[in-house]
Amino acid sequence: MNLVTTSLKQLAEALRKRQVSSRELAQAYLERIVRLDPTLGAFITTDHERTLRQADAADSRIASGTAGPLTGIPVAHKDIFCTQGWLTTCGSKMLSNFVSPYDAHVIEQFKAAGALILGKTNMDEFAMGSSNETSFYGTVKNPWDLTRVPGGSSGGSAAAVAARLAPAATATDTGGSIRQPAALCGISGIKPTYGLVSRYGMIAYASSLDQGGVVAPSAEDLGIVLNTMVGFDARDSTSIQRPPEDYTALLEQPLRGLRIGLPKEFFSGGVSADVERAIEAALQEYERLGATRVDISLPNTALSVPVYYVLAPAEASSNLSRFDGVRFGWRAPRYDDLADMYELSRAQGFGPEVKRRILTGTYVLSRGYYDAYYLQAQRVRRLIVNDFKSAFAQCDVIMGPSTPTVAFGFGEKTGDPVQMYLSDIFTISVNLAGLPGLSIPAGFGQGGLPVGLQLIGDYFSEARLLNLAHRYQQATDWHSRVPALASA
Amino acid sequence: MALTENDLRRLARLARIRVEDNEVGTLLTQLSGILGLIDQLQAVDTRGIEPLSHALDLEQRLRPDEVTEVDRREQFQAVAPQVEAGLYLVPKVIE
Repeated sequence: MNLVTTSLKQLAEALRKRQVSSRELAQAYLERIVRLDPTLGAFITTDHERTLRQADAADSRIASGTAGPLTGIPVAHKDIFCTQGWLTTCGSKMLSNFVSPYDAHVIEQFKAAGALILGKTNMDEFAMGSSNETSFYGTVKNPWDLTRVPGGSSGGSAAAVAARLAPAATATDTGGSIRQPAALCGISGIKPTYGLVSRYGMIAYASSLDQGGVVAPSAEDLGIVLNTMVGFDARDSTSIQRPPEDYTALLEQPLRGLRIGLPKEFFSGGVSADVERAIEAALQEYERLGATRVDISLPNTALSVPVYYVLAPAEASSNLSRFDGVRFGWRAPRYDDLADMYELSRAQGFGPEVKRRILTGTYVLSRGYYDAYYLQAQRVRRLIVNDFKSAFAQCDVIMGPSTPTVAFGFGEKTGDPVQMYLSDIFTISVNLAGLPGLSIPAGFGQGGLPVGLQLIGDYFSEARLLNLAHRYQQATDWHSRVPALASA
Repeated sequence: MALTENDLRRLARLARIRVEDNEVGTLLTQLSGILGLIDQLQAVDTRGIEPLSHALDLEQRLRPDEVTEVDRREQFQAVAPQVEAGLYLVPKVIE
């Protein structure tokens, strides 16, 4: 079976028809990982024996006729999801010895569905980064050009799927961490509406923004995986309780009459010419499919980055206070007293970007600055949400580039954190508003590197977004292009 | 706003992160850059706008006050740096 050209949906069919066993599938993917991942660095942990045991269990389940759509399918998981018995590092030295004693809700869902854990993927440390360069476990290379970043923070998940080392991978998105790496690696990725995927066992960065999601080659595959991932969970206080939805139900719906909102702020300056060209071509394709363009405005787009860099570090400084070298994680080998133990454990366990964000968060929450920074950022956050509300009165979906440029080179933005932060300019506002966002491959730019088209929908419009992406993917073949490395 | 070394030392103490002398210069430059970015918010007129802590209007759920967790102390303490007799060990804080 050719794993490079076979979609997750086709793999599931082949399993059901007993044309391939789950064990054979797992072995084939593990073989690809052994062969190609030393070049890419997309995985932090694999455990062949454990994965194959799950495969055997899945094969029995298939034989007994109780299989579900994902039974026997190997799925890679971002190393932010606590996975019982697996090293769960969150990309940090702080958790370099943390074998999780429990499963995240997301992992429970996949286990119940009979999916296999193929491995744990590399990521920016504590999901803080846009290039995967902050990981303690080494950089991940972009499969399209090994001198370029895969994006972040879900860089390992995106690179693994782009190189077809996994048919799908879980990811998380706090400011663009699913959509940006999906765009830079030439695959599809969805960040659902805030609250649809439980945050239980998903190591917290900025709780009011963090949302789990998935990356896969196509929108159709995203829908199939999302059906397993989404679900109410009482252990997450912001988990949303609503009737189960089939995210593949609307895939074939025609696009006639679709109104695409184009925010002028997403197209004025700041976007490189090659990205702009690819996006324009994608929009013309949508017009051929029956859509019309509507000019809209999201006037506070530029403020989304400063709002994010107040709120996310503030939440992070609080969330990451749990890493104190007492109950789990890194403890400094030598210290004098308790304060010394805290300070040294955290100084040694956290990398520079995590420290910057904790210190920034500490600053904006400290006495005398709280009103000026934190409350002001929350007020501007409301302005940003209001912008989207007005926009969706005029259009059905918002489209634009996922990122201002194609993948950049290693080291290009590490010296200046603010430059790195600005690479998320088009994705961050979606998290601030809690809306669903999708990135799909829309051609290639400079250096033959992928360009991502971003689709932003109203709350709970995931099925519709996947429909819009699927119709585009039926009319184009960008999503089935693979880097040369994947076919090697 | 430019950050001073004293500000940085104070923040580091509050955040319980040791900052070594050779890190101060770079950190001051980078944090000042970040503060420059977020200072853009000061110019925005937000009179009459309520702060928003959450994008979706959610209500806090209530649940019956029941025991829902089983005792898994051993598993949880297996990942702790130092435990003894079921207790987490830290340096002595009271003489």
